[in-house]
Amino acid sequence: MIPELGYGATVAALVLALWGASAAAVSARTGRLNLLHSGERAAIGVWVLITACIALMLYAFLTFDFSVRYVAFNTNRGTPFYYRITALWGALEGSIVLWAWMLSIYTLIVVVQYRRRQPELYPWVLSVMLGILAFFLLVMTIPAPPFERLSPIPPDGRGLNPLLEDSGMITHPVALYLGFTGFTVPFAFAVAALILRRTGEEWITITRRWTIIAWYFLSLGLLIGGWWSYHVLGWGGYWAWDPVENAAFMPWLTATAFLHSVMIQERRRMLKLWNLALIFLTFGLTLFGTFLTRSGIIGSVHSFTQGSIGIFFLGFLALVLLGSFSLLASRVGRLRAEGVLDSVVSRESMFLLNNLFLVAAAFTVFFGTVFPLLSEAVRGVKISVGAPFFNLVNIPIFLALLFLMGVGPLIAWRRASAENLKRNFLKPVLAGIVVAALMRALGVGNALVLTAIALVVFVAGTIALDLFRAVRARRRSGDGWPAATLGLLLRQNRRYGGFIVHLGILVVALGVAGSQAWSVQTEVTLQKGQTVDLAGYHVRFDGLSATEESNHAKVTGAFTLSNGRRGETVLLPGRKFYPQEQTPIAAVDYRLGFLEDVYLVLGDFSRDGSQATVKLQVNRMVSWLWLGGLVLTLGAALAILPEARRPA
Amino acid sequence: MRASWLRWAIPAAVVPVLMLLAYGFKTNPHEIPSPLLDRPAAAFTLTTFGGSPVSLESLRGKVVMLNFWASWCRPACYEEAPTLERTWREYKDKGVMVVGVDIQDRAEAAQKFLAEFGHSFPNAPDPAGRVAVDYGVYGVPETFFIDRKGRVRFKQVGALTDEIARQRLDTLLKEPW
Repeated sequence: MIPELGYGATVAALVLALWGASAAAVSARTGRLNLLHSGERAAIGVWVLITACIALMLYAFLTFDFSVRYVAFNTNRGTPFYYRITALWGALEGSIVLWAWMLSIYTLIVVVQYRRRQPELYPWVLSVMLGILAFFLLVMTIPAPPFERLSPIPPDGRGLNPLLEDSGMITHPVALYLGFTGFTVPFAFAVAALILRRTGEEWITITRRWTIIAWYFLSLGLLIGGWWSYHVLGWGGYWAWDPVENAAFMPWLTATAFLHSVMIQERRRMLKLWNLALIFLTFGLTLFGTFLTRSGIIGSVHSFTQGSIGIFFLGFLALVLLGSFSLLASRVGRLRAEGVLDSVVSRESMFLLNNLFLVAAAFTVFFGTVFPLLSEAVRGVKISVGAPFFNLVNIPIFLALLFLMGVGPLIAWRRASAENLKRNFLKPVLAGIVVAALMRALGVGNALVLTAIALVVFVAGTIALDLFRAVRARRRSGDGWPAATLGLLLRQNRRYGGFIVHLGILVVALGVAGSQAWSVQTEVTLQKGQTVDLAGYHVRFDGLSATEESNHAKVTGAFTLSNGRRGETVLLPGRKFYPQEQTPIAAVDYRLGFLEDVYLVLGDFSRDGSQATVKLQVNRMVSWLWLGGLVLTLGAALAILPEARRPA
Repeated sequence: MRASWLRWAIPAAVVPVLMLLAYGFKTNPHEIPSPLLDRPAAAFTLTTFGGSPVSLESLRGKVVMLNFWASWCRPACYEEAPTLERTWREYKDKGVMVVGVDIQDRAEAAQKFLAEFGHSFPNAPDPAGRVAVDYGVYGVPETFFIDRKGRVRFKQVGALTDEIARQRLDTLLKEPW
């Protein structure tokens, strides 16, 4: 019953979305309000139907309805309750449902928020959003139907991909998709603005908070993805330049560029064409990411699924890119800058440079990701460029971006005077140099790390200096330090939210630099009772035990960790054997710390439990990545607060 | 006027990228390049399920099709099993040796698998997983084609088909020895 109900709801939603998109477009042309209202009702209907799809799917998962192919392939009777819910987006078909659902929610919010406030742009925005929604519903109808019936009904399902049985999988896809789908709103407004030839700052101002929210969720999704990779995959890293990771990273880079370049348009009425291109590119890249990871054109260590869906996505990507860029090109005459670049030493040019570097980074990641295809097309051999390529090209770019992060927000608009430069940057530059020299004296030899530290201190210094001056100025009106600081943060929330986000990025940057430079590892085979030493830690192998879990067997090794200072801790890394999987899955155990994590992976072992191979890593400063994520969250939250008053 | 050529140039810039991506559909992501290609194949000596020794060294001068499999590898190993046996029967008198290496498996399950498909070429367990590691086996099935001089020449990831097996073996057999 569920397959038919679900399929029916999907088709009905598709028809409604198509109708709504057309009705809204016609009403935008003709001004017929009854059509617009019909389009709005369609948007509500689409949301109701997709919600029904989600509810049906959840019901099927919770009741083990294996007549639904998707349920049978992503769960079995042993799957714990909790993961029967997350299994909803554990594979391709379900993630498309989740995607469509989020998009339908965003569409509803747009209806509620802008129906009255933006009467001209709104019909086109609604039309574009429903059109995009229709595409995802089409995918749900033809190439990736989540409600496909499985016949005969198997007695038990295949089971969820064991790597996805992890708490990170609750939040990671949700955050990532909230980010991906979030860019649909600024995209739709940009298209609407171009159609109506309203090429001013309007669309940017309206969608500013949307862009920040989408950007924030995308950042969060990337960080949680790193956390998942770190504690589940068992290789001790958090980022591997894998195509799937790159797919999420590219729109992040262009979106970051967009967030910055819109400020120049708002302030100086420049870069109009560039901003439109950036948002089109960002939206295109979110589609490209899905295309890349789902079409199977590029092999990846975690390419989860493949199928004819790739052709649909490529077609839609072509439509979106050709359509939006043609529209852009047809309005090119109206997109001339009203302001001019007065000087190279100015905030405008710093932001331009920032954009250049971010887009360059996005391009190199794109180039590296599709390189296997390119080399096969041109030379007939498939060659992958691995982490060395990405690191080589991107490390200098990111260091330059760090530098600009310090300069950009404080340098004067139009033309910076020597006085402005000295006032804002002399002390931070000195602080950076002094700290780096100090670290050098303390024995840090790695030039890249020293550069990164110097830059981080410099940027943190500029922010601290600026905040200090602003708070001091407010204190003159009689507030105490805390009240003055809080008042400043709230009054200029956009500016200081941005600064806090920058601080978060600095913390992440330190985490990346530190973990790359200072982590150590060893791999040894231990007899029972034997100890391995690494970086001041002693790890003793105490034996193995086997347990039978609801859907897998698990062999756990007991290891006692001590470092002479604190008491002993028992770490229990294991290997999980799922009947449906070809290779065992590592269950990592670790002790996280502010400065270093002890990370233990169980490798091969003898059946009698007398010996085991173990990989021991002491990973430095990885926790800073997650801390940085928290700081980022605070900053983003502050930045999206409504701007109550204009800054003084 | 500047705008008139931009009108075409901007959207046209997208086209090559789309074409490249479309080209991707024609390629096979399972053809993963192996660093072992054109290098001497790692030597191994194993004992077959029947109890007789099989080593790569003793097969020098023959084209060797080295297949890694496991009884739990559904469905791919089951799909390709008949191909392996057919290829072996067709090529065994032409200077080809087919060797199966069973990894991470239980002996009973493996022997049931062999009996089910009536494999008549040598199959050996790889108890410590050493051979699989030497060949960088990522998952099963994977098949390596080794030429008469003992170099790895082709690698197939995923189920083997009759066409691929024939084409690879014919190529290697045609080469002068």
